[in-house]
Amino acid sequence: MSVITVERKVLEKNDLVAEENRKAFKENKTFTLNLVSSPGSGKTSLLERTAHLSKERFNIGVIEGDVQTNLDAKRVDEYGVPVVQIITNGSCHLDAPLVRNAYNKFEDKEFDVLFIENVGNLVCPAAYDLGEDQKVVIVSTTEGDDKPLKYPAMFRNASVLVINKTDLVPYVNCSLDALRNNALSINPELKVFETSCTTDRGIDEWCNWLESQILK
Amino acid sequence: MHELSIAQEILGIVNQYVPEPTENYVKCVKVKVGKMSNILIDSLAFCFEAIIYNTPLMGAKLEIIEIPISINCNLCNTTSEIEPPVFACPECGSNQIKIIAGTDLRVDEIEINDDIKEKA
Repeated sequence: MSVITVERKVLEKNDLVAEENRKAFKENKTFTLNLVSSPGSGKTSLLERTAHLSKERFNIGVIEGDVQTNLDAKRVDEYGVPVVQIITNGSCHLDAPLVRNAYNKFEDKEFDVLFIENVGNLVCPAAYDLGEDQKVVIVSTTEGDDKPLKYPAMFRNASVLVINKTDLVPYVNCSLDALRNNALSINPELKVFETSCTTDRGIDEWCNWLESQILK
Repeated sequence: MHELSIAQEILGIVNQYVPEPTENYVKCVKVKVGKMSNILIDSLAFCFEAIIYNTPLMGAKLEIIEIPISINCNLCNTTSEIEPPVFACPECGSNQIKIIAGTDLRVDEIEINDDIKEKA
């Protein structure tokens, strides 16, 4: 019996393309965020409110990832935001080549901020670098305050946490303090925003932060 | 559930080293899976078995070595292993820690059977 030494990363192909994406975003002076969450946490709603309230301040672009339908792209398009929809046909995560192909479909890439809305899933997207500057994990109060403990890798890999649907706290079994503390116990570096896309609570702070991160 | 995608990536890497395997030529593929990589080991083994079924690689074993999560504490500077969901130094309790192992997903080596030729 003999042995062939390999010692290679399983996702090296993805990581290589992710680096190319990162370079392209940087060259175009675009601050890029990978939005990850479970389904229904309000990723698209957050993008709608962001599009509405940032209109006069900075340009945004959106890559939408969904298992099926272009419903989310249509919602974002209503705000006049350039959007490309990726339909994964069942795949549970976006990968770097999918994002590269989607990015190349934009006619004009003059974005201050590019959002990549990942497939709703708190497990698989954690493993795939897309070339983003930062990962933003969104968790809504209706999901319960123990979510960070159940999906620690995602909260560890993210640098920003958005706690959404804060207007529903009186009606659901969720403590904002417990949710925040559970997340910070896994990743004390997380920058935390508390938002409601119904009342617009916290959306201004979120937009101010986005504006402060713009690369030009 | 991205184990199938991961199994396909592993197969792609094996194919680069052994482009034209004959039956029983590849005995074993050794991979290291960090505990932070969100991989269910039994599921990965099953997916690999499924995608090599009825191919010349059929019978090759996927040997999966699970790597625990190791941290270095910024406060007391000790190195320890941790068990999620607790992300704190077991020595001093600080959560100012750096993960130094357990996030990787690697193909380490391929064991081949020398008694059999690669090409028929």
